Amino acid sequence: MDALLLEYLPVLIFVGLALVIGIALMLAAFVLAENRPDPEKLSAYECGFEAFDDARKKFDVRFYLVAILFIIFDLEVAFLFPWAVALGDIGLYGFWSMMIFLGILTIGFVYEWKKGALEWE
Amino acid sequence: MIVQALAFYLFAAVTVAAAFMVIVARNPVHSVLFLILTFFNAAGLFVLIGAEFLAMILVVVYVGAVAVLFLFVVMMLDIDFVELRQGFLQYVPIGAVIGLILVAELILVIGANSAGDASAAGSALSSSFPPVSEVSNTDALGRLIYTEYAYLFEAAGMVLLVAMIGAIVLTLRQRPGVRKQNISAQVSRRREDGVELRDVKPGQGI
Repeated sequence: MDALLLEYLPVLIFVGLALVIGIALMLAAFVLAENRPDPEKLSAYECGFEAFDDARKKFDVRFYLVAILFIIFDLEVAFLFPWAVALGDIGLYGFWSMMIFLGILTIGFVYEWKKGALEWE
Repeated sequence: MIVQALAFYLFAAVTVAAAFMVIVARNPVHSVLFLILTFFNAAGLFVLIGAEFLAMILVVVYVGAVAVLFLFVVMMLDIDFVELRQGFLQYVPIGAVIGLILVAELILVIGANSAGDASAAGSALSSSFPPVSEVSNTDALGRLIYTEYAYLFEAAGMVLLVAMIGAIVLTLRQRPGVRKQNISAQVSRRREDGVELRDVKPGQGI
């Protein structure tokens, strides 16, 4: 248990270092840099025009579809990791349970391929 | 170990603070970013209790995919979020009820755990599997998921299938009249289909 955590100690040190450097740079900019605020510096610049409308436009719903399909296959791959590691111990039963799982998801994959959900027209 | 305790209190404090900020942040995009911070710190807590596979999955799946999906949803909905927050107090009672139910469930779980029910079940399981110190985290999970919990695993597959088909049914709109590149038609096109040679007599048009 402690040996496992010891392996993660460099990560912790790295996170601490990243925090320190990030905060130090921001503080340095805040303290040392010349500060001459001007409303024009914060205004949106669109090729010299006034900004036409809000920057936050509605996204096309197809981005959402791509994201959710990505999550599903991401999870599928996440399930593959422990299966691959433990494959020597779980035997044929474990092998075929994963094959059924992959088969179920392949049905969905064929469906989305045939529906054209993977194409960006 | 003092570093471990310090790390735990740091991660736990940042998790709670970031989770609080998810609720109170005015800008929904900031809420999602605080949610990502919460996920990272929860991953740190997972590492601290030795569940490193869960921690990595939390980072990969939740930070990498779910948070992006939340961002899409926030950007997709055409909601005036300032206006939405006007009715914040109106939803306080139902939110408090749900929070109380969750707290009660947590107390029940912790109570059952300390009463020894869970440890009995745990010992029954661990009798058929080698102790934690001998197998890695991922290996132990793999040995359980695909054999002991195979039905739940297949059920997870079905849930993913339903999610996939549901997302396609709900959001896929084929726009009519869009010209697509058809590569097989493009490649299988022959010279005779596109080029025609006519013998034009002098002095006459085609």
